[in-house]
Amino acid sequence: MATFFFFYFAGVIVLTSFLVVALRNPVYSALSLLIMFFHVAGLYVTLHAEFLAAVQIIVYAGAILVLYLFVVMLLNVRQEQRYHPQVKLGVLLGVTVLAEVLLLAYYRSFVPPVLDAAPAGVVESTGNTESIGELLYSTYLFPFEVASLILLVAMIGAVILAKKDLFSEQ
Amino acid sequence: MIPLSYYVILSSIVFVTGLVGVLIRRNIIIILLSVELMLNATNINFVAFSHFFQNMTGQVFVFFALTVAAAEVAVGLAIIIALYRSKNTINVDEFQLLKW
Repeated sequence: MATFFFFYFAGVIVLTSFLVVALRNPVYSALSLLIMFFHVAGLYVTLHAEFLAAVQIIVYAGAILVLYLFVVMLLNVRQEQRYHPQVKLGVLLGVTVLAEVLLLAYYRSFVPPVLDAAPAGVVESTGNTESIGELLYSTYLFPFEVASLILLVAMIGAVILAKKDLFSEQ
Repeated sequence: MIPLSYYVILSSIVFVTGLVGVLIRRNIIIILLSVELMLNATNINFVAFSHFFQNMTGQVFVFFALTVAAAEVAVGLAIIIALYRSKNTINVDEFQLLKW
């Protein structure tokens, strides 16, 4: 059953990520990215990361993708040629990198070491959200604050960049 | 039990798709969407390794990657809107102000 779910999610993820790159209309690209986000969330559930699955749907599918669709519909640009002239070079590079990674994964298939004792941070009796919260507010407290600062700076930067009279001097 | 290398292969396929998308598309919005693909590929890797090593740190890093992705989208889309105002196009070939 776990195998079936993995291959279902993986197949849909690969298919929709190809469609994001290949489709002509940016709205369709964004919508196939939405389907991909949902299936990545499903993959997280099979990996026992339920909190991240919920956050993936709320933040990525709910906030980020809506922002993309807003901008796509705001600009509403038609274009004839969708691919850059360097398409051959790009595909060649992609195939090379992918072949390298697949060869590495095939020849040195990674076996995780057998853990003798339950390590810190994972206790099966506490939930996924609880253990993430404890780790986030104890060990990673400073990066958490820095992340909030990044969001503040991004918000101010977005407001200033999107202002109409950015380049005109008063 | 799915082997860990399957997750690595899946995320590398998605990552390379995003990389090729950044290289070959002309529409700057699709380029940003391809960057999102690459970020999701790394997130899949983080969660898979976190599950196999039984260590929550990977999931915390996915949380931070998500924060940075949200900030990147906000700033990137603002830059796209500013570029569209000044050039009236979103084709990346037209943006060559910094080229020499």
